[in-house]
Amino acid sequence: MNKDAIISKVNAFLIDEFEVDESKVTPHANLMETLELDSLDLVDLVVIIEKNFGFKVKGEDFVGIKTFQDFYDYIISHVTVA
Amino acid sequence: MNRVVITGIGIYSCIGKNVDEVKKSLFNGKSGIVFDDARKEMGFRSGLTGSIERPELKGKLDRRSRIMLAEQGEYAYVATVEALAAAKIDEDFLEHNEVGILYGNDSSAKAVVDATDILREKRDTALLGSGSVFQGMNSTVTMNLSTIFKLKGVNFTVSAACASGSHSIGMGYFLIKHGLQESVICGGAQEVNFQSMGSFDALSAFSVCELNPKEASRPFDAKRDGLVPSGGAATVILESYESAKRRGAPILAEVVGYGFSSNGGHISQPNVDGPVRSLEMALRDAAILTKEVDYINAHATSTPIGDMNEAKAIDKVFGETRPWVSSTKSMTGHECWMAGASEIVYSMLMMEEAFVAPNINFETPDEDSAKLKIAEKTIDNKKIDTFLSNSFGFGGTNSSLIVKKFKN
Repeated sequence: MNKDAIISKVNAFLIDEFEVDESKVTPHANLMETLELDSLDLVDLVVIIEKNFGFKVKGEDFVGIKTFQDFYDYIISHVTVA
Repeated sequence: MNRVVITGIGIYSCIGKNVDEVKKSLFNGKSGIVFDDARKEMGFRSGLTGSIERPELKGKLDRRSRIMLAEQGEYAYVATVEALAAAKIDEDFLEHNEVGILYGNDSSAKAVVDATDILREKRDTALLGSGSVFQGMNSTVTMNLSTIFKLKGVNFTVSAACASGSHSIGMGYFLIKHGLQESVICGGAQEVNFQSMGSFDALSAFSVCELNPKEASRPFDAKRDGLVPSGGAATVILESYESAKRRGAPILAEVVGYGFSSNGGHISQPNVDGPVRSLEMALRDAAILTKEVDYINAHATSTPIGDMNEAKAIDKVFGETRPWVSSTKSMTGHECWMAGASEIVYSMLMMEEAFVAPNINFETPDEDSAKLKIAEKTIDNKKIDTFLSNSFGFGGTNSSLIVKKFKN
């Protein structure tokens, strides 16, 4: 899977799971604020990432993730990029 | 003491997804029972069940609320929306008044089993998701509905096996009667899935009349061979008369009596004395004579011993006046934790439309049911001023409610 495919996949599940308007999902938008995530949503995000990419996020990893781009980079760093 | 009135009802069941659909099914004697292949694949002795679709709540409820709701919570939500609308209770009223919730529910097996399956596979609790704990607790219905509707009054689940829904209404009645609450959302919910019913099937208590699912539930009939599990949810809005009058709410009926007892005997085999005491207590509480009861919605689930003992109990108390009796479980199957509430809704609809719903499949009486005046077909144009509804459960818990047409 290349980087663009990963980003598309991430956007697709975030938009579907958190029912956010697609136009609001941009690389520099704030992930937590845009998706209106609370602590319970982060629990679900761990499950969704594991289902889609097969690895488990550690809670502390979320600390450094501010924007969608941070989130893409984090995912890309954990999966094999073609 | 406050008078306690019913200002709204809602229902989501295997014979209809709202009050209007259910009313027609009751009048027409329509069965909601089907054969479910999945249960046989799971090794069930009986593949029979009530059939119910899960409601589509996307677009009606936000994502967070949907994640928290177990199957029976979804049914309860839909039934409660209908009941609140009928009672003309809106968000503003809920915001400014202490409306409570007492709902009957006695399992949330599927949520627990699903979580355990994930745990066995993944060996990691972090992968259970955020909804699992809120779906799996017995109080899942009340914890979710109180959050969704932002309720501020009494808030707990009544778990009393197959009498849960009835006791929830009884407890709501008690709190309002004694001035502790002004309005309470009462009801009962029951999940419909193999996970919740496997252990019940193990007792050989279910009908195996699989070739004719619609004839399988036959309360009081001599050829009955067991109950058919079913489910859904029913909501009854209870309110003090003063509150209903003050806000100009529609008053559909009045709860006048609640009786309860425990058999003090076997965990699964009912007796006669316990239900008799419950019936007599309800009559005393209502301060009415047996001749004033026009209709009894029996608990009768279609099990040989349960129906026999209830028939004996009804005959003992009502033998002289012989009101009409039917078990709507002949159509719905046994809605278990929900049944005590749904059967109040069913009886309310009969009272409103002046008919007695049939005890379908009642063809051959046995020695005990022959003593009762059982409606084998719909009794049309039957004015019902007062009805009584029985609910009994494992552990010998009994509940009897008496509801009257409202008169000033």
